[in-house]
Amino acid sequence: MSVTTTTSTMAPPAAKPVSKADFVSGQDVRWCPGCGDYAILAQVQKTMADLQFPRENVVFISGIGCSSRFPYYMNTYGFHSIHGRAPTLATGLKIARPELSVWVVTGDGDGLSIGGNHLVHTIRRNVDLKILLFNNQIYGLTKGQYSPTSEQGKKTKSTPFGTIDYPISPLCVALGVEGTFVARTTDTDLKHMAMVLERAARHKGTAFVEIYQNCVIFNDGAFKGITEKSVRPEHALFLEHGRPMLFGKDGTRGIRLDGVHPEVVQTAGGKTDGLCVHDERAAEPTLAYMLSRMRNPDYPVPFGVFRAIERPTYDGMLLDQENQATAKLGAGDLQKLLKGPETWEVK
Amino acid sequence: MSNVTQTHSGKKLHKLEKVAVRFAGDSGDGMQLVGGKFTETTAICGNDFATLPDFPAEIRAPTGSLPGVSGFQIHFSSHDIYTPGDAPDVLIAMNPAALKVNLKDLPENGIIVLNQDAFSDTNLKKAGYTSNPLEDGSLKRFRVYPVPVGRLNAEALSKLGLPKKDAERCKNFFALGLIYWMFDRPLDSTIGWIKDKFKKVPGIADANEAALKAGYFYGETTELIPEHYEIPQARVAPGLYRKISGNEAAALGFVAAAQLAGKQLFYGSYPITPASDILHELAIHKNLGVRTFQAEDEIAAIGATIGAAFGGALALTGTSGPGVALKSEAIGLAVMTELPLVIVNVQRGGPSTGLPTKTEQADLLQAMYGRNGECPMIIVAPATPGECFHMAIEAARLAVKYMGPVMFLSDGFLANSAEPWQVPRVEDLPRIDVHHPTVEGHFQPYLRNPETLARPWALPGTPGLEHRIGGLEKEDGSGNVSYDAENHQHMIHTRAAKVAGAAKDIPPAKVAGPDHGELLLVGWGGTYGALRAAAEEARAKGKSVAHLHLRHLNPFPANLGDVLTNYKRVLVAELNCGQLLSMIRAKYLIDAKGLNKVKGKPFQVVEVLRGIEEAMR
Repeated sequence: MSVTTTTSTMAPPAAKPVSKADFVSGQDVRWCPGCGDYAILAQVQKTMADLQFPRENVVFISGIGCSSRFPYYMNTYGFHSIHGRAPTLATGLKIARPELSVWVVTGDGDGLSIGGNHLVHTIRRNVDLKILLFNNQIYGLTKGQYSPTSEQGKKTKSTPFGTIDYPISPLCVALGVEGTFVARTTDTDLKHMAMVLERAARHKGTAFVEIYQNCVIFNDGAFKGITEKSVRPEHALFLEHGRPMLFGKDGTRGIRLDGVHPEVVQTAGGKTDGLCVHDERAAEPTLAYMLSRMRNPDYPVPFGVFRAIERPTYDGMLLDQENQATAKLGAGDLQKLLKGPETWEVK
Repeated sequence: MSNVTQTHSGKKLHKLEKVAVRFAGDSGDGMQLVGGKFTETTAICGNDFATLPDFPAEIRAPTGSLPGVSGFQIHFSSHDIYTPGDAPDVLIAMNPAALKVNLKDLPENGIIVLNQDAFSDTNLKKAGYTSNPLEDGSLKRFRVYPVPVGRLNAEALSKLGLPKKDAERCKNFFALGLIYWMFDRPLDSTIGWIKDKFKKVPGIADANEAALKAGYFYGETTELIPEHYEIPQARVAPGLYRKISGNEAAALGFVAAAQLAGKQLFYGSYPITPASDILHELAIHKNLGVRTFQAEDEIAAIGATIGAAFGGALALTGTSGPGVALKSEAIGLAVMTELPLVIVNVQRGGPSTGLPTKTEQADLLQAMYGRNGECPMIIVAPATPGECFHMAIEAARLAVKYMGPVMFLSDGFLANSAEPWQVPRVEDLPRIDVHHPTVEGHFQPYLRNPETLARPWALPGTPGLEHRIGGLEKEDGSGNVSYDAENHQHMIHTRAAKVAGAAKDIPPAKVAGPDHGELLLVGWGGTYGALRAAAEEARAKGKSVAHLHLRHLNPFPANLGDVLTNYKRVLVAELNCGQLLSMIRAKYLIDAKGLNKVKGKPFQVVEVLRGIEEAMR
């Protein structure tokens, strides 16, 4: 697999080599035993070490919710902000300090309910941020109400007769606002998560990653039918750029386009003729959007990088404008500014 | 209007000390534009002045309708003046609606110059007139000069071959030219502006210039208008001056503050009347290290501002009352994380959407208490348009010194009103000291400066100082999350003590007038001019009245309690239902009284004077 995006936004490597342990803060981790967040935390710390990120140049920003405790456990700079607003703080920080590696950790409630507005605008602007959305399809910290990604009909404390909300798909939203890097992974597949996180870290622009994450207390096994090792081959589709979309034990099934609709077909003797070939670099996000619409039981659920394109970032263009203005007008002169366009002298 | 006559170009020229002129027309008539040009020329003539734009919230209400009337008043003088004038001496009315809306403010024998071509049956009907005021004798109490502005303007431009509609648009410059003649003002500054503004469309430039000159010559050559005045230069402190509005001054003040602190200025904002001009002004200055961010909403604007403050910028957000309401949770976060930022609230009429283009001072208690929990914040309020500059620097100084959000309470009047402003010399401005720790070792993000109680401002990117902050209660010193009961009470008291302690660091309350006496008139914010003028008039009438204008509203100046006790009566005048009044009564246990108005308009001097007299009865 090739990496399409540049690495220029990554902080320069740490002066002293850093290990995974260097990214572990001294705080006691307070998630429930068995929570999927542990696996994500460990993998993020490992990715930081693998990429030799200098700790001082990394900032984790979160909102409110179980996932949003994340920054306390990272031995980097961190900001546990208010519900839904992490992308706004991250945007301001990135504008003020473009050289920092800024990560947003959010959940399905924080990112898509109370903070939905910020999420779409941040992705739309292509601010150079990495957004990890832990999707467990439930409100955990407030003890078990349905979330915007909960499946319709779900019985929770706040919906004793079942939800009547239609759920929102995080990836459809991200692709709908033309996210430049959009991916999905799961807390049950560390190797895949490592690949996706590294790709996200290397992407220049907003990298949006949905992570299927299990809440052992309020929504245990929400993704079991897709991500558990025994069923994964039949129910999950792992996307690879330039490769035909194959799944099933021994790759016996594939995705083909029937007009504008995807269809699942049996592949005869490993033949891939006519199957959809994944193109994460397509300029138009149409096919990526189609993939984001695929769900069980009619289709396998796709994992991997749906889209990864190069496009100027908000912070990069802001600096360009600043440099152009300075080149054209010279460095600003405060005294001249105070004088304004017209003055008169009183003697 | 007192007159001294002299000769000038063979015509009678009457000398005046001061005059208030109001331009009024349809919101599409360009009244704000000609008002602004008249102001610039007045500035260059060396008069003191104050202006009051008054425009509808709708960009273009139906043509000729009463809600569509836009006005601009300028008060100019050969001596110090403090307000845009209670009432106009001269009204320029471009249509019947403009006449109807503004006539009630005009004193007996006031001058009306009106565009008689606009007094058609249709326009009269739109303005709700059942008979033509030019013919029914209803204007008998005034000096009325009907001028066929539309026809004369069309004739003046007939040779330029402009489409009728474009020529028609120049009639505001015809009216401006006529008023320039009336007050003996030079045309060159405005002609220079026209040439620059329309340099890409020379036809339009020529037409506007021709209209301006035609209006001027009409006044000079016809004998129809016997009103021709001169207002000599004001005697003001020597120096270099410019015209400035409150929003401009605030924007420049924050640019200056950032430079004085050696910082990048970050401005996160969402468009809102009457604060948007600050965003427009700051967005220009990219080569001065100003980074502006037009956010998706008010919450995002302050969220980004907090993020920028965490990153070490001099961080600023600006809005009006409804926006502050949306930002209140985030302001709490800034209080909790003790990060320096300034929130500009250009107050407007409320509640809810209220009166977006009108002024009010009803967000003081919102600034004081409008957040969950015990959440104190420093509050400052500039008194004049020009002072917005210096208070911006003061707000930034307090924010970085005491590590917390500071509310800057401007208002719609200050924002849009303009006055002459002595251009400060950069080298005379106070430096703002900023310290960022760099020491490695066991870093404690909430270890406080014992004098100010401020915590260190440690920036991401600094090796060894990696730390986490957030909205959860923090253990003092370590900054670790703490649910400890004693610590919570200690932190609540510490945050309050930090804000209260800033009182040691702000100028003492200083009155204008006698330091002991019968009545102390207390105000804050944009009412300064009216209060000062009213107190001076009261003293001129022999009354023992002093005026105190507060620039620091939280904490109050340390000597305020003592000052209040030096007067038999305390009268707190404000454009709300008594917000500063309740703060003063609560804190100092004195029986202060209120003088209050909530009409979306500034105080008139005469109203305040009447209030003083009633309070002293």
